[in-house]
Amino acid sequence: MERRVVKLGGREITTKEFLAEGHNFCTGCGEALAIRLALKALGENVIVVMATGCGEVCTTPLPYTSWRVPWMHTLFENAAAVVSGVEAALKILARKGKTSPKRIKCVAMAGDGGTSDIGLQALSGAFERGHDFLYLCFDNEAYMNTGIQRSSSTPYGASTTTAPAGKFSIGQVTKKKDMVAIAAAHGIPYVATACPSYHLDLMKKVRKALEVEGPAYIHILSPCPTGWRYDSNLTVELGQLAVQTGIFPLYEVENGRYRLNADPPNLKPVAEYLKLQGRYRHLNEKEINKIQQMVNEDYGRLKQKVAAFPA
Amino acid sequence: MSYRVALEGSHAVAEAVRMADVDVISAYPITPQTHIPERLAEMVANGDLNAAYIPVESEHSALSACLGAAAVGARTFTATAGQGLELMHEVVYVASSMRYPVVMAVCNRALSAPLSVWGDHSDAMAVRDTGWIQVFCQNNQEAFDLTLWAFRVAEHPQVLFPVMVHLDGFTLSHVTEPVVLPEQSQVNRFLPRFQYHFALDPEHPITHGAFAPPDIYSEAKLAQEIAFRNSKQVILQSWQEFAGIFGRFYHPVEQYRTENAEVMLLTMGSFTETAKLVIDKRRERGERVGLVSLRLWRPFPFEEFRQAVSQARLIIVFDRAISFGVGGPVLSEVKSALYDAPARPTVVGIVGGLGGRDVSEEDFDYVIDRGKQIAQTGSDRILETVGIRE
Repeated sequence: MERRVVKLGGREITTKEFLAEGHNFCTGCGEALAIRLALKALGENVIVVMATGCGEVCTTPLPYTSWRVPWMHTLFENAAAVVSGVEAALKILARKGKTSPKRIKCVAMAGDGGTSDIGLQALSGAFERGHDFLYLCFDNEAYMNTGIQRSSSTPYGASTTTAPAGKFSIGQVTKKKDMVAIAAAHGIPYVATACPSYHLDLMKKVRKALEVEGPAYIHILSPCPTGWRYDSNLTVELGQLAVQTGIFPLYEVENGRYRLNADPPNLKPVAEYLKLQGRYRHLNEKEINKIQQMVNEDYGRLKQKVAAFPA
Repeated sequence: MSYRVALEGSHAVAEAVRMADVDVISAYPITPQTHIPERLAEMVANGDLNAAYIPVESEHSALSACLGAAAVGARTFTATAGQGLELMHEVVYVASSMRYPVVMAVCNRALSAPLSVWGDHSDAMAVRDTGWIQVFCQNNQEAFDLTLWAFRVAEHPQVLFPVMVHLDGFTLSHVTEPVVLPEQSQVNRFLPRFQYHFALDPEHPITHGAFAPPDIYSEAKLAQEIAFRNSKQVILQSWQEFAGIFGRFYHPVEQYRTENAEVMLLTMGSFTETAKLVIDKRRERGERVGLVSLRLWRPFPFEEFRQAVSQARLIIVFDRAISFGVGGPVLSEVKSALYDAPARPTVVGIVGGLGGRDVSEEDFDYVIDRGKQIAQTGSDRILETVGIRE
C-alpha cells in the first residue's frame, strides 16, 4: 500500500499512530480526533499525564490501553500538578546523572471540566511555577463523560442535564469562561486555540508549543455529537462553523503578542452553527440574536487585542 | 562516626531526607505546616541537597506532584499535617493503590472545626484505611530514624507502598531534643538508590492508572491487600538491617516493663514517654503494670500485638482521637485484634490529649486507675475521657 506523506512546515507528519485503534470514543468524537493529531505532532519522546474524563475512560479500560506513549492518570483535578512532578523529576534525575539528559516532552491533557473548573487551581499553580510542559484542554463544553452536565465552559444558551432548558430557563444562563484569557493572564510564553477541523493548524501549534521553554497552553474545541446532539458526520463541519462564525476564533498569544490565525472578512451568522445542534434547539430568535451580539462583542475585543499587541 | 546534635523534630526529619538524597520535594504551607519544608527549601537553596523543590499551591497538588515524580523513578518526599492531610485525602488513596513509594512526614494535628493547629491523632486516624504504611515516633531520634527507614521500605521492590511517618505536632515537631546522626556512608549502606522497574519512559511506553471495570476492580483490590499485608516481612527485615548498621532496634509493638504485667497501658506517639514515667513509679510500688506502644499502625501487627499482650489481664487503650459514634479508634482496633485470641483480656479505652491538650503524669495515673475501675464496674459514660471538662 502506498504511504502518503503529509508535510507540515517542511517536516513530514509521521504515519505512525500513537493512539491505537480500538478505543471506545463515540463515533465522530472531536476529542479523539484532536488527541490523535496532537500525538502525531508530539512524537515518541513524550510523557502524557491525563485527567479523569472522556479521554481517559475511552482509552484505558484495564487490561487494555490505547496509548503507545508513556501515559499516566491519577485523578480528575490534578493533571497539572502531576505533570509538574514529572517535569521536575526528569530534570533533577538528569542533573544528578541518574537518567539520560535527553529532553522528554511533558504533556498534560484534560477536558474543560478538568481544566476550567476542578483543575483550575492546580493548572494556575503549574503555570505560575513555570514548569516546562504543554497543557492541552479538550473543550467539549460540558461534563460529557458523566452525562452532559454543565461546566463553566458551557456556552450561554446551551441545554445540559444540570442546566436544562425549560419553561423558566434557557439552559446555561452564564457566559462561557474564557480559559484562554485566564491562561494568557499568567504571562506564560505560549497560549493558543485550536480545533481538529483545522488539523494542520492544530499540529503546527502543538509543535510550536513544544519548542517553547516553559508552560504552554492550547485550548482545543472538540465538537461532541453526544452532548451537542448533532449527527456524528458533522464534527468537522461544526468545528469549521465555530471558527467561521467567530464563536471560537483560532488565535495565538506568544509572549503576550496576539495573532489571529484565521480572520475571515465576513463572519457567518451564529445561527448557522447553532441550528445544527440539539442543545440549542429551544432558542428563539431573540436569544439567537443575543448570542450573535455576544459573539460580535467578544470577537471585536479580540481584534482590538490583536491590533494593540500584534505578534 | 555518628555524632549527637540538638534537633527539633521537624529538623530531624529534614536531616533524614537530606541524607536520603531525595530527588523531589513537594510541599505546601497549609495551616498548619511545620518547619520540615522550610528547612528542606533552605538545604536546596544552599546546595546541601541536590533536589527539585516544588512549592505547590495546595496539599492536593503536593502529593499529586510526588506521584508524577515517583512515576518517572524519583525518590520523593512531602510533609503535611492536620488539614493538609485532609485536603490531600483523595490523592492519599491513589498513591498507595498505584504503588508509588512516596514518603510523607505527618506532624499529627487536630482537625477543624473548631480550628485547631495543635496536636492529636485525628489526622492519622482519618487515613488509616488508605493503604499507606504508618509508623508512629515517640521522640526526635525516632523521627530521624524512621524517616530514613521509610525510604528503604517504601522503595523495596517487594513493597512499593508509600509510608507515613507520624510525629506528634508540637510535642515532637517543634521540640528540640538530642539526636544521634549517622555518617553518610552508613546511610548509603542502608539505603540503596531507588530503582523503579515500572518508570514511565518513552523508550518503553507503559500505561499507569488505567481504570477498572467491575470485572477487574475487585481483583486489583485483593492484590493490593495481599501485597500490603506481605510488606510486613520487609518492614521487619529492614528494621533488623537498620539495627545492624545504626545500632538502634525497632519493633512493630514496643514493650516497656511488660514482664509479668497484668495491666497494660497502650499508647502511640510521643505521650508514650510520659506514660513510661508513670509505669516506672508504679513498678517501684510493686504494681504489675506495663506499657505497650504501637509503632507500626498499618499494616496492623496482629501477631506481634497478640504476642505482646498475651499475659495481660487488662489492656487500657489511650486514644488521641474520636471516631464519632464509636469512640477511640485504637480501642476498636485493639478489641478486634484480640477477638480471635485464645484468651481475651479485658479491654477498656480512655480518650484524651485532643487539640493540643497536654496529658500529664497525673493524667496517666488517672487513666490507669480509672481503667481498672471500668474493668470492674463497667462505664456509664458515652465516652471515657481524661483531662476533659464535662
